[in-house]
Amino acid sequence: MRPLTDDETRLVFSKLAHYIGNNVVHLVDSTGEASSSSRAHENDDDDASEGKGQFVFRLHRDRVYYVDEMAMKLAGAVSREKLCSLGTCLGKFSKSGNKFRLHITALDYLSTYAKHKVWIKPNGELPFLYGGHVVKAHLGRITDDTPEHAGVVVLSMSGTPLGFGVTARSTVDTRKLDPTSIIVFHQADVGEYLRDEDTLF
Amino acid sequence: MGRRAKNKQAPPQPFVERSAASSSSGAAKGKRKASDAALPSSKAGGAAKAAKKAPASARPVKAAPSNGVKSGSRKEKERKALFADSAGSAEGDDDEDDGFSGIEDMSDLDEDSENDAEEAQKAGMLSDENDSDGLEYEDLDEDSDNELGDPDDRERDEEGEESDYMESGEEGEEGEEEKEGEEGEQADPLASLGLPQDGRPLTARQKKKALAEAERLEELLKSQGYSLESGDEDGEDVEQGEGSGSEPEMNEDELAFLNGEGGEGEDEDDEDEDEDSLEGEEDDGMSEDGETFTLPTLEQREAEKVRGADLQVVQMRITEVVNVLSNFKRLAPADGPSRSEYVDQLLDDICNYYGYNRYLAEKLFNLFSPAEAIEFFEANETPRPVVIRTNTLRTRRRDLAQALINRGVNLEPAGKWTKVGLQVFESSVPIGATPEYLAGHYMLQAASSFLPCVALAPQPHERVLDMASAPGGKSTYLSAMMQNTGVVFANDSNKARIKSLSANIHRLGCKNVVVCNHDGRQFPKVLGGFDRVLLDSPCSGTGVISKDPSVKMNKTERDFQLLAHLQKQLILCAIDSVNPRSKTGGYVVYSTCSVAVDEDESVVDYALKKRPNVRLVPTGIDFGRPGFKSYMGKNFDPKMDLCKRVFPHAHNVDGFFLAKLKVEPRSKVVKEDNEEKAANRGKGKGKVAAKGSDDEDEQDSEDVESEEDEAAGEAGAFGFNAEEDEALIQAAQQRVQQKKGGKAAAAGTAGKKNAVGAKTRRA
Repeated sequence: MRPLTDDETRLVFSKLAHYIGNNVVHLVDSTGEASSSSRAHENDDDDASEGKGQFVFRLHRDRVYYVDEMAMKLAGAVSREKLCSLGTCLGKFSKSGNKFRLHITALDYLSTYAKHKVWIKPNGELPFLYGGHVVKAHLGRITDDTPEHAGVVVLSMSGTPLGFGVTARSTVDTRKLDPTSIIVFHQADVGEYLRDEDTLF
Repeated sequence: MGRRAKNKQAPPQPFVERSAASSSSGAAKGKRKASDAALPSSKAGGAAKAAKKAPASARPVKAAPSNGVKSGSRKEKERKALFADSAGSAEGDDDEDDGFSGIEDMSDLDEDSENDAEEAQKAGMLSDENDSDGLEYEDLDEDSDNELGDPDDRERDEEGEESDYMESGEEGEEGEEEKEGEEGEQADPLASLGLPQDGRPLTARQKKKALAEAERLEELLKSQGYSLESGDEDGEDVEQGEGSGSEPEMNEDELAFLNGEGGEGEDEDDEDEDEDSLEGEEDDGMSEDGETFTLPTLEQREAEKVRGADLQVVQMRITEVVNVLSNFKRLAPADGPSRSEYVDQLLDDICNYYGYNRYLAEKLFNLFSPAEAIEFFEANETPRPVVIRTNTLRTRRRDLAQALINRGVNLEPAGKWTKVGLQVFESSVPIGATPEYLAGHYMLQAASSFLPCVALAPQPHERVLDMASAPGGKSTYLSAMMQNTGVVFANDSNKARIKSLSANIHRLGCKNVVVCNHDGRQFPKVLGGFDRVLLDSPCSGTGVISKDPSVKMNKTERDFQLLAHLQKQLILCAIDSVNPRSKTGGYVVYSTCSVAVDEDESVVDYALKKRPNVRLVPTGIDFGRPGFKSYMGKNFDPKMDLCKRVFPHAHNVDGFFLAKLKVEPRSKVVKEDNEEKAANRGKGKGKVAAKGSDDEDEQDSEDVESEEDEAAGEAGAFGFNAEEDEALIQAAQQRVQQKKGGKAAAAGTAGKKNAVGAKTRRA
């Protein structure tokens, strides 16, 4: 486990910025409030004041983990082969190390800080969860002024994050499309926890 | 979607189909799960529902199908309270419900409608659309809001079902349900045994089967020349179960009629609901003489083995022997076989009938009285209810229940003892693949697996270790209880299962978990000083036989020895990994999914003996039986009854054992039980001189623990205590001297001893 080098940091942050824009700074400086606190049953607001600590990025075997400092220090006691995961895995680097790919496991943070969101109707949930793209017919809502090819987080109508992707068209153009055309390219969805459970970790 | 639901529905009731509205009549077959009713109603029912809705002034459809489902209004009220949704009363909606077409001919409609009104109200509160889902939810009422710890209610409902068959045409089904409802929730204390909730329709079928078999057995008995005594057991049972006026009498009559002289047939607590407490009554009623039942002779047994026993005969023999054993003085002939011979025969029959190997059958048999043992074996044949745990990091139980109901899942809160558990009765969608599951709103977890976490009760900002955590149900529960603060170390020694552990952790959004792949025995070397440790240790699985029947055959004595050895090592490591000076913690919870004493009380007792600074504390779980204080000649710590045991036949959860230990700081007391130390007593100051390296390790780890702060890990801070070192060096020197027969401690040997001392310190 080691901190990220500058290059790696740049890669990771630029990828994150696709989806959360300049909210990346919240991740960097966060005290770990990045949970769906509005939905959580119990939420203590005095977290920040108590020793919750800074959250940091660490690299372990090609994967980037986002974890709070105290846990990270304790995890230092575990040897490299035996350590499997700490905090939240955000994604992993390619073998050559020059590309960073976000995993579905990062969804929680993405959805909290996302700049652009897409809500899909109930009948569109399943196709998306099976790995399909989002078509206009399933579109419920979309944040205004979403540019083309922008990273978006896909949510159900009830607000549950389902995955993320990239818009095919800007919001303005989306209105002109016919119902069968794709508006969001699928990149990751929570169905992967079942479909890809072997390869996820 | 409806296919599975149909399979699970109750067998067709013996009554005439109600002519009227298809959906309502379909639904009104009370016991049927609502998804069935939902189908017709959802597909065709738009119109029908609309029609019904009209008079009902846009009351949700639930009213319509649910009329047949009725069970006591009390149930709804309870459920309302549980979900705390509705504030409304609106009892006065009777009129609207009376508008149901085609049901008017049933006389009991009035009561139905009243119940329906309440239900409709409640249903309205819960969901405004998705009739089918609401239906299923409503249907559930009739199944009673069975908290897992409440077998009595289930018992009663089953009795009610039995009465249905008995009465054969007394009233409409609604009437039956009515009666069930009227009997009230807080049923009559029918003993123990509830069969699983989702198996209830099956139970009804089984009951029918059982009665048929009872008749067959009667014939068999008669043909074999046994005299049959009439028994009113079932009549009594039913009476106890229902406790309302007219029915019991009817049932007794019916039963007496059906069973004729087949008193013994009724003995089949194997297949009926298991009435432990009624055994006594049956004995009284039965008054079976020794003459009428004799154990097969040796030749007969050999012959049976050769030709293969007839299972019905075996089963009959089981019940008879159990009967005799429960009242041996009176029922066994004075000059007949001894008690142990009866037991021997019984064990053989159990192995034969249930499929156990002899060792395991005997082991499990010795845990209970004979009658209860049979109940236990029977309960292992049926699955326990499916339970899910709400992930409080992402959602609330109420919201989750609502969302799942909308998807078509029959569920209810799992019991009074948990605020996050939901029991799933039936689901038209795969419960492990709903969008809510994928979004991490809940986890499929057995009810008994909640218990160790509830007992451990980790506080926020603590440091917790889960030594055997795959696939992650307990670790994620701990993380949720700590609200994503502090740290949870989720350890598992099986690399393949680490994947699913990590996946579950991420899916449920637990951010404070570190996953590692050590053998549990490597703690506290890897890391010590935890506030709480949970050890759900690998075990033989005798409590979860219903999930994994292969346990019946493949567990031998050797397996138990190996497992017990491993468990003892693990529990010592767990105790050593705890920081006894932790401000908020200092607890270890040891749990197994096994009911065998070898793996439960023995292990805890071993730990208590080996670590005198550890003591048992109450677990905080309010149901279950206490642990054994002594067993088969072995006496355990007197506080062992603070541990908890749960059983499948008594509590309708998987068999489980739970013990909570508090680790105190070790006081500086010289140990009395080592001769070597006695020799060194003069030299030893402060801490006790080590018996061997383990104590030194413990001392070291304790030094670490006492100093530890943020950066745990032994690399941090050894406080070298010169005094203790002296003592250790002296002790080692003495030992070497003694070994060598008291050679003079020359400088060379002194050097060696120093090296030895250093080595032992480092170990």
